[in-house]
Amino acid sequence: MGWFSTTPFLNVPNSIQITYRKSSWWKLNQQRLTPWIFLFPGLLLFLVYVIWPIFNSLYISLLQWDGLSPAIYVGLSNYIELLDDEYFYISLMNNLKWLILFMLAVPIGLGLAIFLNQTIFGIRLIKSLFFFPFVISQVVIGIIFSWFYNPRGVIGPFLDKLGLSNYAILADENFATYGIIFAGIYPQIAYCMILYLTGLNNLNTDQIEAGRMDGAKGFSLFKNIILPQLKPATFLAIVVTVIGSLRSFDMVAIMTQGGPYGSTNVLAYYMFETALSEYGYRMGYGSAIAAVLFTIMMFYILFFIYRMYQSEKKGL
Amino acid sequence: MFPIPIQKRPLINRISYKILVPVSLFVWLIPLIGIMLTSIRGLGDITAGNYWGIPSEFLLFSNIKDVFQNTPMLSYIINSFKITIPTVIGAVAISCMTGFALASYKFKANLFIFFTFIAGNFVPFQILMIPVRDLTFQMGLYDTVTGLVLFHVAFQTGFCTLFMRNFIKALPNELFEAARIDGTSEFNIFLKIVVPLTRPAIAALSVLIFTFIWNDFFWATVLIQGQHAMPITAGLKSLNGQWVTVYHLLSAGSIIAAVPPVIMFFLMQKHFIAGLTLGASKG
Repeated sequence: MGWFSTTPFLNVPNSIQITYRKSSWWKLNQQRLTPWIFLFPGLLLFLVYVIWPIFNSLYISLLQWDGLSPAIYVGLSNYIELLDDEYFYISLMNNLKWLILFMLAVPIGLGLAIFLNQTIFGIRLIKSLFFFPFVISQVVIGIIFSWFYNPRGVIGPFLDKLGLSNYAILADENFATYGIIFAGIYPQIAYCMILYLTGLNNLNTDQIEAGRMDGAKGFSLFKNIILPQLKPATFLAIVVTVIGSLRSFDMVAIMTQGGPYGSTNVLAYYMFETALSEYGYRMGYGSAIAAVLFTIMMFYILFFIYRMYQSEKKGL
Repeated sequence: MFPIPIQKRPLINRISYKILVPVSLFVWLIPLIGIMLTSIRGLGDITAGNYWGIPSEFLLFSNIKDVFQNTPMLSYIINSFKITIPTVIGAVAISCMTGFALASYKFKANLFIFFTFIAGNFVPFQILMIPVRDLTFQMGLYDTVTGLVLFHVAFQTGFCTLFMRNFIKALPNELFEAARIDGTSEFNIFLKIVVPLTRPAIAALSVLIFTFIWNDFFWATVLIQGQHAMPITAGLKSLNGQWVTVYHLLSAGSIIAAVPPVIMFFLMQKHFIAGLTLGASKG
């Protein structure tokens, strides 16, 4: 900084020429420098709050640390401990259940979109009402379904009729996870539906008509002509559904907090519980769980980036 | 058109379709209808187990009043606005700039930076949690609205950059070239050409980010502890703990929490859906 501000004084005699040369320097390099000036605030924030924390977490996962006292480097022992942790496996299995069942949101969303892709009176309002659950916070959806499942709540009278009086799915360690997934998939279906509705809107009419001329009907028309055209929508629906299924934190936190007996834990919630709740402040162990979750997600991220990269190369 | 327009179908199909649509809508919305019905009931109905029948009293307004009087709901809502609005402004402003930089300049690191933003956007929150919480502590911003806003802006920049960059990339490049030949500086190209043209994208992003941030629960839990800065999602969660049996009040509270994003969605529906699906035509 010091030398920079003194330079003008050294050049006093040629000040006019200097100004000219400086501005021409700017003119010459404007194209090269401008993007970096525009990128600066965003890039800085992103590096500090997103990129650096990833590496920092990976490092913390090698420590034994309660967040207050000095950390001890323990190498891979957090990961080794994970291998013997029953709750870790339960959480991992539950993540898998979330992932598989969440995938149902894609075909169901497609079905709903096809069902609603008509022009009748009031269809716009109907479509937006179908989309409604996605706009509402997962916290509210969680509360709604807790109330819904409560045997003394909304579903109670129906359970009585089925001879299942006082059955509380969220208290049943064998089925509680499915209860939460069902609640979680509800807004996800709405999301997939809206992606497909837009996709159906952008279909190439000529191709469909040509297909119909050739006698394609019903399912074969759908499979051979419609579905290929919906590929971008399908791709995006799968990406957001996978990510949605791995971000199951909110629902679990609201509906069961991992219980009963840890049976509904998922990695996202188990990590939080280990690192920040009354069960203790085990930052290192929590980070190791986060690292596992991150690794799983990384496959999808790389897959997505690869797809984007392919389409960018085509575009350039 | 796919499927075949219902108008071209036999009468029987048309009639059954017109019956089927409202019926399925009703089934689809049963959980929401359930909570709305609950929110207008009194304690009497709840304890008597009258969940689906006609409410014996219409108490929606008194329930809402109860919620506001007996809980910090009002301050939760104000906090939610204090968190959401600056985040929207910050993230959109910053991503206009990053999006412009990545869309209209060729330089070596361009694609790398772009993909870094995208990748960061998909990262699970848990891998960021401990360092971000520490960082916020060290800056003296733990348990403050500012601390939460800063993180939200940073994180949303990933998604917003992806969105803005693709939008600006689709604008005709000749516009910029012509302006450059006329001697317009790069900053003026940004301010006078790019910003006005990206208005639809700005609108779409604003609605989306508003909804995302309003509905955020995880970061509010991690970075906020006290009532003074707690947004409504975290607030509802703490009420949920206290009010196991008072579901009519909890329902009223949930409805209050849902109102702002729902209004936003209905007012800006076109932009909202454009925002959610803009990537679809690109993928």
